[in-house]
Amino acid sequence: MAKLNINGQHRDVDVSDDTPLLWVLRDVLGLTGTKFGCGIAQCGACTVHVDGKAVRSCLLPVGAIDNRAVTTIEAVGATPAGARVQKAWLDLEVVQCGYCQSGQIMSASALLAMTPHPDDSDIDAAMAGNICRCGTYVRIRAAIKKAAGAQSA
Amino acid sequence: MTVQASSVSPRGLSRRTLLLTGAAAGGGLLLGFHVPQARAAVSNTANGPQADAGPFAPNAFIRIDRESRITLIIPQVEMGQGVYTALSMILAEELDAAFDRVAVEAAPPSDALYANPIFGIQVTGNSNSVRAFWTRLRQAGAGARAMLVQAAAAEWKVDPASCGAEASVVIHPPTGRKLAYGALADAAAKLTAPANPSLKQPKDFKLIGKPFKRLDTPEKVNGKALYGIDMLPPGVTFATIAASPVFGGKVAHVDDAAAKAVAGVRQIVVLDDFVAVVGDHMWAAKQGLDALAITWNDGPNAHVDSAQIWNDIRAASEHEGVVAKVAGDAKKALADGGAIEAHYELPFLAHAPMEPINCTVHVRPDACEVWVGTQVNSRAQAIAAKLTGLPLDKVIVHNQLIGGGFGRRLEVDGIEKAVRVAQKVDGPVKVVWTREEDIRHDIYRPVYYDRITATLKDGRIDGWKHRITGSAVIARWLPPAFQKGIDIDAVDSAIDIPYDIPHLRVEYVRHEPPAVPTGFWRGVGPNNNVFAIESFIDELAQKAGKDPVAFRRAMLARKMPRLDAALELAARKAGWGKALPPRTGRGVAVQVSFGSFIATVAEVEVDTDGEVHVRRITSAVDTGIAVNPDTVIAQLQGGLIFGLTAALYGEITIARGRVQQGNFNDYRMLRIDQAPAIEVHLIKSGEAPGGIGETGTTAAAPAVRNAILAATGIALRRLPFDREVLAGRKKA
Amino acid sequence: MSRLSRLGAATRYTIIGFGAVAGVLLVVFLWVVLGPGPTDFAGGERVALSAYHGADPTGVPPELARASLVRRGEYLARAADCQACHTAKGGVPYAGGLAFVLPFGTLYSVNITPDKDTGIGSFSDAAFLNALHKGVDDKGVPLYPAMPYASYTGMTDADALAIKAYLFSLKPVHAEVPDNTLFFPFNQRWLMSVWSFLFNPDRRFEPNTQRSAQWNRGAYLAEAMAHCGECHTPRNLAFALDNRSKFSGAVQTGWRAYNITSDRDSGVGAWRDGELAQYLASGHAEGRGTAAGPMGEAVAASFRYLTQGDIAAMVAYLRTVPAVASSDLPAPKVSPAPASHRQGVAAGYDAQGKAIFAGACASCHDWTGVSALSRFATLTGARAVNDPTATNVAQIVISGEVRGTPHGKVFMPSFGHAFSDTEVAAVANYVTARFGARASSITAREVSTLRQAE
Repeated sequence: MAKLNINGQHRDVDVSDDTPLLWVLRDVLGLTGTKFGCGIAQCGACTVHVDGKAVRSCLLPVGAIDNRAVTTIEAVGATPAGARVQKAWLDLEVVQCGYCQSGQIMSASALLAMTPHPDDSDIDAAMAGNICRCGTYVRIRAAIKKAAGAQSA
Repeated sequence: MTVQASSVSPRGLSRRTLLLTGAAAGGGLLLGFHVPQARAAVSNTANGPQADAGPFAPNAFIRIDRESRITLIIPQVEMGQGVYTALSMILAEELDAAFDRVAVEAAPPSDALYANPIFGIQVTGNSNSVRAFWTRLRQAGAGARAMLVQAAAAEWKVDPASCGAEASVVIHPPTGRKLAYGALADAAAKLTAPANPSLKQPKDFKLIGKPFKRLDTPEKVNGKALYGIDMLPPGVTFATIAASPVFGGKVAHVDDAAAKAVAGVRQIVVLDDFVAVVGDHMWAAKQGLDALAITWNDGPNAHVDSAQIWNDIRAASEHEGVVAKVAGDAKKALADGGAIEAHYELPFLAHAPMEPINCTVHVRPDACEVWVGTQVNSRAQAIAAKLTGLPLDKVIVHNQLIGGGFGRRLEVDGIEKAVRVAQKVDGPVKVVWTREEDIRHDIYRPVYYDRITATLKDGRIDGWKHRITGSAVIARWLPPAFQKGIDIDAVDSAIDIPYDIPHLRVEYVRHEPPAVPTGFWRGVGPNNNVFAIESFIDELAQKAGKDPVAFRRAMLARKMPRLDAALELAARKAGWGKALPPRTGRGVAVQVSFGSFIATVAEVEVDTDGEVHVRRITSAVDTGIAVNPDTVIAQLQGGLIFGLTAALYGEITIARGRVQQGNFNDYRMLRIDQAPAIEVHLIKSGEAPGGIGETGTTAAAPAVRNAILAATGIALRRLPFDREVLAGRKKA
Repeated sequence: MSRLSRLGAATRYTIIGFGAVAGVLLVVFLWVVLGPGPTDFAGGERVALSAYHGADPTGVPPELARASLVRRGEYLARAADCQACHTAKGGVPYAGGLAFVLPFGTLYSVNITPDKDTGIGSFSDAAFLNALHKGVDDKGVPLYPAMPYASYTGMTDADALAIKAYLFSLKPVHAEVPDNTLFFPFNQRWLMSVWSFLFNPDRRFEPNTQRSAQWNRGAYLAEAMAHCGECHTPRNLAFALDNRSKFSGAVQTGWRAYNITSDRDSGVGAWRDGELAQYLASGHAEGRGTAAGPMGEAVAASFRYLTQGDIAAMVAYLRTVPAVASSDLPAPKVSPAPASHRQGVAAGYDAQGKAIFAGACASCHDWTGVSALSRFATLTGARAVNDPTATNVAQIVISGEVRGTPHGKVFMPSFGHAFSDTEVAAVANYVTARFGARASSITAREVSTLRQAE
């Protein structure tokens, strides 16, 4: 039994401690916005925030989370950075198939929360772990800069 | 706007259809799956719970209720290419619907109602959704509009020709009278659809050609969009599978003692050719699968390896093939001496869409429900019906958003396996493949081998012989289209080579690799042919001592003015001819593929270790009328990155009958820091729309390859690019 | 005038030179042959086991005193880690076939399941003891010392036969092992008799009367069973262990077996007992990194099955091994790297390595080196990232790691297929620069060599 704090709600889940958070979110709690892509922290589709930091949930055992706050794509819009990122994503029409975009948005919003005015090297460092098979990288970069600009305005 | 996707809720909530609410407006709630009420073909193939379709359903694509709510049924599946939006725009344009208030719904399986006019069955592929449905959907929209106008005119007792329509309202300008479509729905439903409704002139388009926000994206940025993998029907259990690592191998023995002891494992399903573990969640299933001791009977393919496959295809290409195209006298032209020859090789590729193969199935004695994202809706239904022995109308397929298709979802192997698991499981079961299973049991882009021979005369190509050797995917996938031994896909973009060449001969040698299943992969046949042709053109330009752009333009200007214009524009925008630093070069590639005319210039730097840094790509495209121009640009940008990934890294290799790659650590993907700056220039055109979804992929490899040639003088003839060769440590 | 002086000057010099060379060779030979034994460093008096009055340092721990012969044999077989070498990659345990790529060809470990044709099913007790103690097979043919019989020779007959009983309880696996591909003169097996004569003492373990029972137990486990020195002690010209620098580190199958002497900076002198014990038992200790490669295998197949008491005994023994400094190994950096990618490594330092790290590594290892996902993935303090040769970092990038632990399966994906030698070198150098005390400068060529050693 693990006690979790997800999107501001306390959730008790009856799974073994080594169960990765990803499957608890998706299969036990029905929060399917967080996606499964590779299972080995190579693609970033499963990214969530743990105490505001971008973390790959596919390898994060629920037993290691304790009472730290987990935020998923379903609730990131309630954070200032998350809302700006989502808006920039739509304004620049970043999304194609959309499957990786939950993870992209979680990584981007964690970046902006930490580094409000990222340059290209900051974007590379924060986003290189997120694969997009549709190839939306050009627009992702532009949207992060737009979201950062929206903040200073 | 709203987009409705038939779906189910997370566990614990009641089953319902979730609405994908657009940015502009909210929407109502619909129960179950809507079935279009087609007058022409009252379907026995459509299925799902009948719902209130509204009184006016003039055809399979449009429904209008009394409140003027318009629902557009989109025959093509949305997998990122923006087809929900583009096809809705086409329908709404001719219907004069208020576009910000239309709802979009995925079509159910039905070849009778929703067959792709190009394929004759319900298929999303070959970059042809807009091309194939362009006329049909315009007619559907215009026909419905004509009926609504006719109903209003009858009500007002005026000449229909004196009426107009705008934003879902019929208007009579002379009197200023107006009637909303909803108010006309009952009356219009009693009318007969016109056989040949008149269509708008392109200059009168209000929607088409304007950059519209996509309908499917708002819910893709907040986690609410549902893909096949997100289905959670009540009581669902979770399964993952292992098929024989060797192609064609069978299960010999399974020791499941340890797996049964894994917490959360419910059931182990052992079938002839694969094993599934069913659990309370994916983790339990996966842990259970890891704990199984499976002994495989490898079967006859345990010796197959890449070296043998390459030897075989090279040998096969020595033989004369079936002639796919002939013009002039190529044999004579090539016999005149001075012929130049080159061979090109393309590897197996996995699709690796971000959403791994998955399918949720509930088999009951009297019915079967399937939740899946598929590019072949009716085939999904058919395979489930065949396996369960149920009639088609008892198989309900809920097609979902697809997290990347790229051709992988043109196959139903994942659905087949899921149904077979579900037949052994009580209640609905979701079968999700691990990434490793997804990559090791793909249906791969075939290996291709190209031999091209040409002669030059007066600085132009005189004779040309192109022999293409590779799988006939069409022969397996759409047998009726495989005629006279020619795979029309394998020779696409080769038989219709854009250059003005007096003596031309294109041959096709069908050669199926042993054991490895082959299928369509984004860019399909043109990927191979455009790479081989455009690479060879640069080598010929070198021989002729000509600039690659000038060499091409001389052979395009007369025959292919649209492509010539694209090339002129791309070269100009890319700064063609301007000086570059050492080890840096520009390369060009042109193509007429999927009905679009595209020129692409890549600028790359090759470092001394052979690393290829793609700095910038400039494309100019004439795709005819661009229905949603921003989507056209996005598809080219994304397609180029997809093609770059393959050109730089993509290769599936086989050893001991097994695929050697398994996940993104060894089947590598381009990442954001490697993505070049990409400029796409759209050329205004009034021609009918071309296809666009695969064109960028086709353009990337030859443009970059030719830029590498310019940067280093090394003529690569094999994909992916070999960094050892570029570092000078290995011969090309 | 002596006879020597009557010879021509050239001849005279030739003879003198020859004599000098012969003299030097003799000294070298004696130096090599007369090196210390594995426990000589401890001084004191050693007695035969039968003459020893302390607690018996051999056999199984008290927890297993009443267990069956097979169960005891299983414990001892694990303690001796037979499985690591006698299992091919992905193969059936104990069925042999693991390749040892040596400078003079390739050796394959033999099948030690009780299959009569291809395994050791026809071995008598005496034949089995001969193999372990004397290094000859059941037909008297000398074994190559890749089989660590010079260590196993310390094992008691009872313990060796318990292992045999365990091996004979396994399912026989019919598995032919490939032929060795050694070239001349190394393919001359009789030469191994000479080697054995010189370097195998062929004596059972002798307890040290001046040391504690725990120390003696640890010595027995470390020397006669776990054969730590076979990897961690450097070898001399004759390929025998050079105990003058016992446990000071060596390279094995392309991996570096690090210095495990008590040297504070380059050895494990700064480790607390608990850290050593945790590392052996689980393959990981907080702030000390994670065992990988051959040591990872040793933990997975051997140490993790040992009792706490036995682990503690080995730690106690290890503590007494004299410090020998490895001049190239700095004291590990103990603090995490900065959270920002901008800090920690000079800007512009190996941009390629940084880019690879950002894409393939940072998701798990974090920019700080402290993994948010698994403590096994934490790099801070690990010896491998504090090794300026970057050998083991490059190795694990190439081949990855999959291992069972008491905490479930841990793994690192292998990147050797996707990354070029240049890229492996670049990321390894970035990792040592970011997380280690001294940056490495491994080259693509060296990476290429490592791939072949694997």
